[in-house]
Amino acid sequence: MIQPEMPIMEGPNCPLPISERGHIVIGHGSGGQMTHDLVRDVFQKRLANTILNTANDAAAIPATPPGKRLVVSTDAHIVSPLFFAGGDIGRLAVCGTVNDVAMLGAEPRYLTATFILEEGFSIEELERIVDSFAEACREAGVELVAADTKVTEKGKSDKLFISTTGFGWVESALQIGGEQAKPGDAVIISGAVGNHGIAVAEARGNLGFSSQVCSDTAPLNHMVKALLDADLDVHVLRDPTRGGLATTLVEIVRQSQISIELDEENIPIDKPVRKTCELLGLDPLYLANEGKLIVILPAEQAPAALRVLRGQKYGEGACVIGRVYESSRNQLWLKTAFGTTRVLEMLAGEMLPRIC
Amino acid sequence: MTGSLDKLRDASLTKAIMAEIRRITTQPWNIMEICGGQTHAIMQYGLDQLLPKEITLIHGPGCPVCVTSLEAIEQALQIAARPDVIFTTFGDMLRVPGNQADLFTARSQGADVRVVYSPLDSLKFARENPEKQVVFFAIGFETTAPTIASTILSAEKAGIENFSILPANVLVPPAMRAILSNPVNRVQGFLAAGHVCAVMGYHEYPPIAEQYRIPIVATGFEPVDLAAGILMTVQQLESGQHEVTNAYPRFVTREGNQTAQRMIAQVFEPVDRQWRGIGAIPLSGLGLRADYAAFNALNRFELSQTALRESPLCIAGQVLSGVAKPHDCPAFAKDCSPLHPLGAPMVSSEGACAAYYRYHRISE
Amino acid sequence: MCLGIPGKVIKVYEQDGTPMASVDFDGVEQAVCIATTPEAQVGQYILVHAGFSLNVLSDTEATETLKILRDLREFNANLDEEAKVQ
Repeated sequence: MIQPEMPIMEGPNCPLPISERGHIVIGHGSGGQMTHDLVRDVFQKRLANTILNTANDAAAIPATPPGKRLVVSTDAHIVSPLFFAGGDIGRLAVCGTVNDVAMLGAEPRYLTATFILEEGFSIEELERIVDSFAEACREAGVELVAADTKVTEKGKSDKLFISTTGFGWVESALQIGGEQAKPGDAVIISGAVGNHGIAVAEARGNLGFSSQVCSDTAPLNHMVKALLDADLDVHVLRDPTRGGLATTLVEIVRQSQISIELDEENIPIDKPVRKTCELLGLDPLYLANEGKLIVILPAEQAPAALRVLRGQKYGEGACVIGRVYESSRNQLWLKTAFGTTRVLEMLAGEMLPRIC
Repeated sequence: MTGSLDKLRDASLTKAIMAEIRRITTQPWNIMEICGGQTHAIMQYGLDQLLPKEITLIHGPGCPVCVTSLEAIEQALQIAARPDVIFTTFGDMLRVPGNQADLFTARSQGADVRVVYSPLDSLKFARENPEKQVVFFAIGFETTAPTIASTILSAEKAGIENFSILPANVLVPPAMRAILSNPVNRVQGFLAAGHVCAVMGYHEYPPIAEQYRIPIVATGFEPVDLAAGILMTVQQLESGQHEVTNAYPRFVTREGNQTAQRMIAQVFEPVDRQWRGIGAIPLSGLGLRADYAAFNALNRFELSQTALRESPLCIAGQVLSGVAKPHDCPAFAKDCSPLHPLGAPMVSSEGACAAYYRYHRISE
Repeated sequence: MCLGIPGKVIKVYEQDGTPMASVDFDGVEQAVCIATTPEAQVGQYILVHAGFSLNVLSDTEATETLKILRDLREFNANLDEEAKVQ
C-alpha cells in the first residue's frame, strides 16, 4: 500500500519507535517493519494464543468433531463513537459475533478479525480497544486465530472499523432458528431492553442529557449453553440488536409464520432508559441491545428456562413477555396495561427523536 | 412527582373514567384532538378502543410535520444543499417528502443536515462554526414558538450573525376556525392541545366556542389526562353546553405563560400560511417581525421558485381536517406506506395515516 | 405538538448570558433553558420541551385532575352500593 509519491516511511529512514509516534500513519499499513511492530506491540501482546503466535498468514484449526456441524457468522462494526458507557467497539465486535454463532445453539470457539485503521487514529485508543477485545475473548472463551490490519488515508474511513468472523460447533441434531417458533410457545427475554441504544446516543453527546445508562454488551454463549445443558426444547434463540426487540420479533413472526402477543407490562425496561426515551421521543422497543437473549420454547418449559437464565450472569432479569399463537396474519401484537392492543411493525428506517 | 405520573397512567383510573363516559353518553359525538402528541398517546395506549362506540375521535391537523407546506420543504432542501450551510431540524422533518426528495436524501447526497433536540443546539453549531451559515427549520405550533423566539433573542444578544431560521410555525386557533367553518365539518367538540395552552393559556378560545357553539377542553397527554378531557367534553355535549374548560390544570392556566407570550410577540407576528393538504389559512402562521428580518433564512439566501408537485393520489387535506379517514384513501397501505410515503400524514408517527397504518386493528 | 415532560429543577445557573437550569427527570439529568420561565426555582417542577421550559407546575394541587377523578370513583362506588341494595 505504498503510494509512489509518498516518502518511504519505514526501515532505517524511520528511527522512532512505534510507541512514541502516538498515531497511526500510512506506513503502518504497508506490510513492512512498521506493520510488524504494530501487530506485535499492540495486538499480539494482548491477544497471544498458540495459534496466533505461529505468525503464519492462515490458521489451521481442528476439524469439526463427529455429530456436530460447523457454524460460521460474520459481522462488521462501525459504531461511532468508539467508546460509550459500558463498552467499546472492541467488546462489541467480539460479543456481536460470539452471540450470532450462539444463536444457532452453537458453541463459539474461534474468531478472525480485520482492523481497518484511519491514518491519524490514536494508538493509545487502539490499545484500549484491543485490551477490551482481548478481555471479551477471554470472557467468552474464544480464541482469535487470524487477523489482519489495514490503514486508509485520512478521511477514507472513520477512525476504526472492525470486521469479525466467528466459528463454532453445534450438535447436528439441534434445530434452533427463527423459523422454529410454534403455537403455544412462550417468549422470554433475558433482561431489560434499550440500554445499548441509549448509551450510544448519550455518548454521541449531542442530546444534552446524562442518564448513567450503560450498554449491555455481553457474550451470551454461556447462557445459551446452560439452557441447552438443561435439556430444554429451545425453538428460537435471537439477540435483539439493530431494530430492537420489536423488529427482531417481527422477523421471527414472518420466518415462523405465526403471531406473537406481548404483554407490555411484562417487558423489562430500566427507569432511566424509559425516561430518556420519553424525553427524546424514542421507543425503547426499537432500540438496539447487545447483551440480551430472546428464548422461545414450549410454554410448560418456561419456568425451568427462567430458573436457568436467572442463575446466569447477564440473565438475572429474565422474564416471560409473551406467547406464540396460530394465525394466518403473522403479526406482532402488543397488549397494553389497559388491555388494548396494537400491532408492532418493523422499524421503517432510522429511528428519529420526535418533537411531537 | 413520580408517584403522580404513575397515577396518571393508571389503567384502573382510566377505565373508571371511561366507564363514566359510557354511562353518560346517549348519542354519537365526534371529538377532534388537534395535537400530534395527543394522537400519538391515544394510539400508543389504544384509548380509542376503550371509548364507547358512540364517541368518535377525529385526529386533526395537529402534526406540524404534516402541515408544513410543500414550499417550505422545497426551500429547506435548497438551503440544505448549499455547501456553506449547516441545516438543523427536529428529527420528525427528515423524511417528509418534497417534490421528490426529503432531507434524508439530501444528507445522503452530502448536505450537512443535522437533527437537533433543541434550537439551542443550532446556536451552539453557529458558535462553533463561524465560517458556516447555520439554519434552523422553525416548525411547530405555539409550543415551539417561545423556544425559537428565545433562541433568536439569545443570538441577537450575543451578536451571532451566522444563525437564521426558516420560519414555518403555525397557530392553532385559526386552524380550528378553518375546520369549523368547512361546510362538511363533523367536529362537535375539541380537545385543545395541552402544551400549546401551557404557553398561550386558553383565553383565545371562548370566542371560537361561542361562535361555533362548540365545547373546547384543554387536555393533557397521559391516559388519565386524555380520558378526563374526553369526559369533560362529553359532559358538555350531553348537556348542550359550549364552554372552554381546563382538564390540565397542573400546567395550564387561563392566561398562560406571559413571559413566553411576550417573547413570541417581540420576535414574531401572525402571517398568512399554507397548510399542506389544506390550503392557505389567513394569519395562521408566525413570521419574523421587521426588527428580526435579518434572522430570516429566506432573506439570506438566493432561492429559486420550484414548481410544487404533490402526489395526485394523496388526500392529506381531507384526512387532516377529519373529513376522510386514512383507509378511505385508495393509496393507503398500497402505493403509500411509511417506507414509501406519498404525503406527510404517512411520514410523521403522529400523522393520522401513519398512526392508522402502524396501529391498525385487524380483528383476529 | 407536544413532547413535554415534567422535571424538577435542581440547579439554576447562567450560560453565555442565558438563564439555564439542571433538571432532574427521575434520575435522568438535562440542561434546560429557563429564559421562558425565569421565575423557576430550585425544587419546583417545570414542563420541558425541546430543551426549554414551557411553564412551571401550578401551585394548586399538582394532581387536581386526580381529585376530580377520586370524586368520580367515589361517586361510582356509591352507585354500585345503591345498585346492590336494590
